[in-house]
Amino acid sequence: MTVVSVLTFAMLGGGVLLSLVRLARGPSLLDRVVATDALLVIISAGMAVFAALTRNPTVVPVLVVVSLLGFVGSVSVARYIGGMLLESANDGRPAAAEAGTAEPAGAAEPAAAGRTTTEGDRT
Amino acid sequence: MNDVDSVADVIAVACLLVGAFFCLTAGVGLVRFPDVLSRMHAGTKPQVVGVLLIMTGSAIRLVGSSVIWMLLLVAAFQLLTAPVSAHMVSRIAYRRRHVRRDLLLVDELGGGPDLYRGDEPADAPPEEPAQAFVESQPDQGTGAGDGKA
Amino acid sequence: MTASDVAVRRLRNQVPLLVSLVLVWNLLWGTWSWANLISGTVVALAVTWLLPLPPVAGGASFHPLAVVHFLGHLIRDLALSSAQVAWDAIRPSGLRYGAIISVQLRTDSDLLLTMIAETLCLVPGSIVIDLDREKRVFALHLLSVRDDAELEEQRVRVRATEDRVVRAFGSAADIAALDQQPDQPARRPAGRSTS
Repeated sequence: MTVVSVLTFAMLGGGVLLSLVRLARGPSLLDRVVATDALLVIISAGMAVFAALTRNPTVVPVLVVVSLLGFVGSVSVARYIGGMLLESANDGRPAAAEAGTAEPAGAAEPAAAGRTTTEGDRT
Repeated sequence: MNDVDSVADVIAVACLLVGAFFCLTAGVGLVRFPDVLSRMHAGTKPQVVGVLLIMTGSAIRLVGSSVIWMLLLVAAFQLLTAPVSAHMVSRIAYRRRHVRRDLLLVDELGGGPDLYRGDEPADAPPEEPAQAFVESQPDQGTGAGDGKA
Repeated sequence: MTASDVAVRRLRNQVPLLVSLVLVWNLLWGTWSWANLISGTVVALAVTWLLPLPPVAGGASFHPLAVVHFLGHLIRDLALSSAQVAWDAIRPSGLRYGAIISVQLRTDSDLLLTMIAETLCLVPGSIVIDLDREKRVFALHLLSVRDDAELEEQRVRVRATEDRVVRAFGSAADIAALDQQPDQPARRPAGRSTS
């Protein structure tokens, strides 16, 4: 039984660590949303494993809350980013910006590229 | 810790192990896959199956107490909500162009003019991020290659 | 249409939601008792009254045999797809190319399209990116494809999934629509030609 618990918790811990890596490195906000979602799900899985191995059902209600919270969190962040997107589409200059990035390599290009490096969108 | 003493326990433990393995592969996929859309795959499918298996295993181990209905509920919620959040995140990801186009075989949605013109933000990242990065830094252009990892 | 008529229709739209909320409440408490049932009903009524949802147009029906068929396929697909993604994640050579394809569907019901989209996220290889409601075109991201033949395979698979969902939960009209329009090629979405 000890072998089983060590094995499962090692695998779950590995999953948690890897999602933490993505959470820390993840170039864009959306990567972090995905990583957070995965992290919460793996944590709730870990609690379920704990409950199963010790036959101790105390943590199960927490599990319900965590799994729902993960969903609500990722959906609300996604909607927040989507709202940013709509606002920036409505502020009246998407067509001009399009032409600016496509045609001249002068004024618009360094700005766009600079944003790329800060947002780190090249992974 | 109780010992494994019956066939049911063996099945439960097997479920737990396989489920934990799927959670691990979800983590591996999150780190190794190249862009948001692929990572979404890793965060959805092995994850859901892993959680389903772990909930099954826990339910078998905890049979007789009233919490197994809660475990069932968690599994059902996971099955219902994971596709929704995956869809929302990947939709936004596509519209914000967090897509590695150089890794796509085809893109039949790609730049559909009436679909996406004006819907993408004015500050959208450039179409070829790696290339734009190289162009922006002519003196250290070799540094952009590591982005492909 | 009188006021009571509207009320009856509204109630009929709400009943499945109410029942499922009461069920969830009972599952959360873990035991079945009259107290749970009554308090669950009160909570469900309060929730639907405080946070009203738009009614789902075009109710669904339920075909037991087809539902079993659908669920069986769903479980098989789930196991298959997660094994596949897991292998893609841990295999040393890494990912092959991805792809974004669009698929023309034949159903025209909000509820069914939602269920199809949810199912497609769980079957091997695909995630729904976008849905053009008017033209009924799904855009899917495929994780790992080798060549065009595999794209066609995925298209066929999407159609088959649609078929199963509609036959399990669709009304008679939906199923008729399924048979009526034979597979039409969806190589280029209709949106491309209108521009």
